[in-house]
Amino acid sequence: MSSKKCSTSTSIGKKQIMGVTGLLLCGFVLTHLLGNLTLLIGSDAFNKYSHALTSNPLIYVAEVGLLALFLSHIVMAIKLTIENKKARPIAYHTYTKSGRGGDFASKSMAISGLITLIFLIIHITGLKFGTHYDTTVGGIEMRDIYKTTVEYFADPIHVVIYLVAVITLGVHVSHGFWSAFQSLGLNHPKYMSKIELASKLFGVVIAVGFSALAIFCFTRGGH
Amino acid sequence: MSGNKAGSMSLNLKVWRQKNAKDKGAMVDYKLDGISPDMSFLEMMDELNTKLVKEKGDSIAFDHDCREGICGMCSMMINGQAHGPESQTTTCQLHMRKFKDGDTIVVEPWRAKAFPVLKDLMVDRGAFDQIIAAGGFINVNTGNPQDANAILIGQENAELAMDAAACIGCGACVASCKNASAMLFVSAKISQLALLPQGEIESEARTQAMVAKMDELGFGNCTNEAECEAQCPKGIKIENIARMNREWFKGAIGSRN
Ligand code: HEM
Ligand code: SF4
Ligand code: FES
Repeated sequence: MSSKKCSTSTSIGKKQIMGVTGLLLCGFVLTHLLGNLTLLIGSDAFNKYSHALTSNPLIYVAEVGLLALFLSHIVMAIKLTIENKKARPIAYHTYTKSGRGGDFASKSMAISGLITLIFLIIHITGLKFGTHYDTTVGGIEMRDIYKTTVEYFADPIHVVIYLVAVITLGVHVSHGFWSAFQSLGLNHPKYMSKIELASKLFGVVIAVGFSALAIFCFTRGGH
Repeated sequence: MSGNKAGSMSLNLKVWRQKNAKDKGAMVDYKLDGISPDMSFLEMMDELNTKLVKEKGDSIAFDHDCREGICGMCSMMINGQAHGPESQTTTCQLHMRKFKDGDTIVVEPWRAKAFPVLKDLMVDRGAFDQIIAAGGFINVNTGNPQDANAILIGQENAELAMDAAACIGCGACVASCKNASAMLFVSAKISQLALLPQGEIESEARTQAMVAKMDELGFGNCTNEAECEAQCPKGIKIENIARMNREWFKGAIGSRN
């Protein structure tokens, strides 16, 4: 009974990296949603929140950390998906699901992940690296990210792309959140059904929450 | 329905035919009359083979042994489901009354890189033996059967270990998993030992070794779909996979191997 392989290159090792990074990303997404709720309060609140984040020198540490999370999640996703395709070189003539196993979300993890990735790039270039305006709140000069945001979402095409993306992300995490617990072995017959339910709810909160914010911005008509 | 006795069925079968491991293979259509709904699926296949032999054809090779749902040999993908449409039932225990007169039934071998087709519906499941050989045992000589209560085992663990030990190594989990992952099988073998005092001692090293072998043999990775659990003829639960993941993690950070 011995194995010489590095733990992170084994199937379970990769799955557990996927799980940990996935859960941390879930944490990020939730924090991002909660932070963005300041949009509902008004331009000053949102700008102040954004300024507080971006003016903190620790933001670079956080950004590098976040990038590392995404990269490890994506690298593992690609490796696992390629291995999974290789494991069945000849497809079945007929393949029928029992209907008691996977659901839409679990079947489409790779696709929903890929859509999320493409969206991320659009999202960051459109907002973080979008049009730059300046404003002054309480005597402090700062970026008017509120203006950038509402202008961005005044375009219905942007809203539609955004809705599709956040609903896709909602679907991704509705399986992913639960799946991470299973991958990490944090399974208990008593709690597992609750974690599964929490996972679905989490997916709904993400999809509905971000959608609502985008629609709210759209209704501002660019102001 | 030519020449059928009352209540008997006519079937259109689409069966995978492949001369040997190197042959490309193809689906071949057969018509079969006079099948009784009381026959098992394997008896139906026997009827087809009798007919093929009478017609001087080559009979279809398929694995079978006990024909009572305990040996795990009768691997067949039936209409796209491992062991056919009935839950918790092996092919040999599946009856033709589950099908209708005039049905088309597609019969294929398990498909996985680690389970190469030898001939027709027969695959080489030796990969499972290799995984067991990598660590699915305990290293102490247990000697003669002990007095029943010499080692006390909690009722719950005894039940769970027994449930895991119900795995017959049939490979339906691999066959029905979209990733051809063997994790349900491996986790059942790991669990049946990890849950009992004799097996628990080596659990971390065992899990590391069996998982490494499983990976080496080219099985895919679990994506927690639970299709394996749904198709397993013995109702093995994916709870076992979580236990394996846990044991593996403990080993990854704690084991010297
Ligand atoms: C904010 C973005 C994201 C979040 C919150 C997230 C979250 C998660 C979580 C929690 C899991 C479950 C991990 C497990 O089963 O152990 C997961 C799995 C997965 N993710 Fe993501 N993910 C995100 C982005 C992405 C991206 C960008 C990709 C691909 C380009 C991706 C591809 C996948 C794949 C393929 C799986 C399935 C892995 C498996 O089940 O084995 N994800 N994700
Ligand atoms: S876990 Fe179930 S499906 Fe897999 S080999 Fe064991 S009995 Fe067969
Ligand atoms: S022939 Fe033994 S389980 Fe089916």
